[in-house]
Amino acid sequence: MAILTLKNVSYTVDQQQIIPDLNLTVAANDFLTITGPSGCGKSTLLKLIASLATPTSGEIIFAGKNQLDYERPLYRQQVSYCFQQPTLFDQTVRDNLQLPFEIRQQDFDQARVTNYLELVALPANFIDKKITDLSGGERQRVALIRNLIFPPKILLLDEVTAGLDSRSKEIVQDLIRQLTQDKITLIQVTHDSDELKTAANIIHMKQGGIIDETISR
Amino acid sequence: MKQLVVNNASLALAFMLVLVAMIISTKEKLHLAKDIIYSIIRAIIQLTIIGYVLKYIFQLNNAWLTILMCLLIVVNASWNAYKRNPNARHHFRDYLETFLALFISTFVTLGLIILSGSLKLVPSQIIPITGMIAGNSMVAVGLCYRALNSQFRDQRQQILEKLALGAPIKTASLPILRESIKTAMQPTIDQAKTVGLVNLPGMMSGLIFAGVDPVRAIRYQILITFMLLSTTSLGAIIAGYQAYRHYFNDQQQLNETN
Ligand SMILES: Nc1ncnc2c1ncn2[C@@H]1O[C@H](COP(=O)(O)OP(=O)(O)O)[C@@H](O)[C@H]1O
Ligand SMILES: [Mg+2]
Repeated sequence: MAILTLKNVSYTVDQQQIIPDLNLTVAANDFLTITGPSGCGKSTLLKLIASLATPTSGEIIFAGKNQLDYERPLYRQQVSYCFQQPTLFDQTVRDNLQLPFEIRQQDFDQARVTNYLELVALPANFIDKKITDLSGGERQRVALIRNLIFPPKILLLDEVTAGLDSRSKEIVQDLIRQLTQDKITLIQVTHDSDELKTAANIIHMKQGGIIDETISR
Repeated sequence: MKQLVVNNASLALAFMLVLVAMIISTKEKLHLAKDIIYSIIRAIIQLTIIGYVLKYIFQLNNAWLTILMCLLIVVNASWNAYKRNPNARHHFRDYLETFLALFISTFVTLGLIILSGSLKLVPSQIIPITGMIAGNSMVAVGLCYRALNSQFRDQRQQILEKLALGAPIKTASLPILRESIKTAMQPTIDQAKTVGLVNLPGMMSGLIFAGVDPVRAIRYQILITFMLLSTTSLGAIIAGYQAYRHYFNDQQQLNETN
């Protein structure tokens, strides 16, 4: 069953058409990999899916309902976008992991947070670290937990392993592999040759936001 | 009360003070000479007109005219605060929001002073105090707008991250909003700390000039310090809580250009 459908989606900013007329269907619990040259519109596509931008025309259907018919915060909690080179906000790791609880009006659950930190090989006391003291790889791992601590229906990963040290990369790739076992639909953008080798469903995009070919194996 | 007299001859002599500024500007190539001339001519004309208008209103001592004058002050202050908002787009609606902030902050503060019995309901007291309250609220609101704008620019990515995690725009903007309101109130708080130690504020100096016992004059100054804290905090809060929304579109997405 399709959890996400893009119908004739186009996106234009400042008279520049970034996505022309895109159709795409993603089945529930799929693991879709998108690749293509830099600047071809991959991040823009994910942001449209995450409702961080609105298509100029066409529609995006999530779980049988138009994206625009959901309350925006609730939609984004279910279709969660992890940025390419994410920025942590406020002061500490705690501030970052607190937000998902806060927006759901729930109390901070220390045990749950500790579990998730463990999942990305970070110690429990990491929670009080200042964000300015984190390495790029650690930052990326904390960012991922922010998206995952309340598991979304769809997780959008925008080159999350790009530029990471090899250990962080391994940890993140392990996590993604584990997620495919769960009931999460994954859409990742990547250039990584290993990730592309193991990917089952690949979409190749080319300049101008056009789907060049779709490979399933 | 001793009468303070500044006659035209002493004003003309005091013009030398302006020449000092002009000479410095010319020598240091600040290119301010034109601006200085323009500003003093404006000041002289504005003050002369307002002097006669106030004289007329004070003599007439009419309640409606006084209210009208106070409203005019607030309308004018709102216009100036509005113009300091770099993110003002939907012109009339944005102006109305600024007006609301100035109107409430000014008249709530004024109302409380009147209730406290420290002001007589005469135009010569109500109008200058309204000007002082609205003027300070105007500065605070302007500061709040600018602080919001620079933070929305500097922290754009952090806000995007929060939105992406499903935060409503208010949750995503709250730290910025608080910081902006703080920035707007800071000058008033700093001023309250040094008042009397560094400068004797205008009102107090004026009273002392006019021969009022300094111990009585400080009571007025204390009143004004309270008043300014009230008006700047109210103004900044009302303005800030409306203004942050305009950084987002109807889909709760951060607007493209700031
Ligand atoms: N907000 C924007 N305003 C103008 N141009 C943009 C904006 N976002 C992206 N673009 C342009 O759209 C194209 C696609 O960008 P992006 O989706 O980031 O590509 P990718 O992720 O594939 O590298 C680029 O040419 C980029 O310059
Ligand atoms: Mg990208």
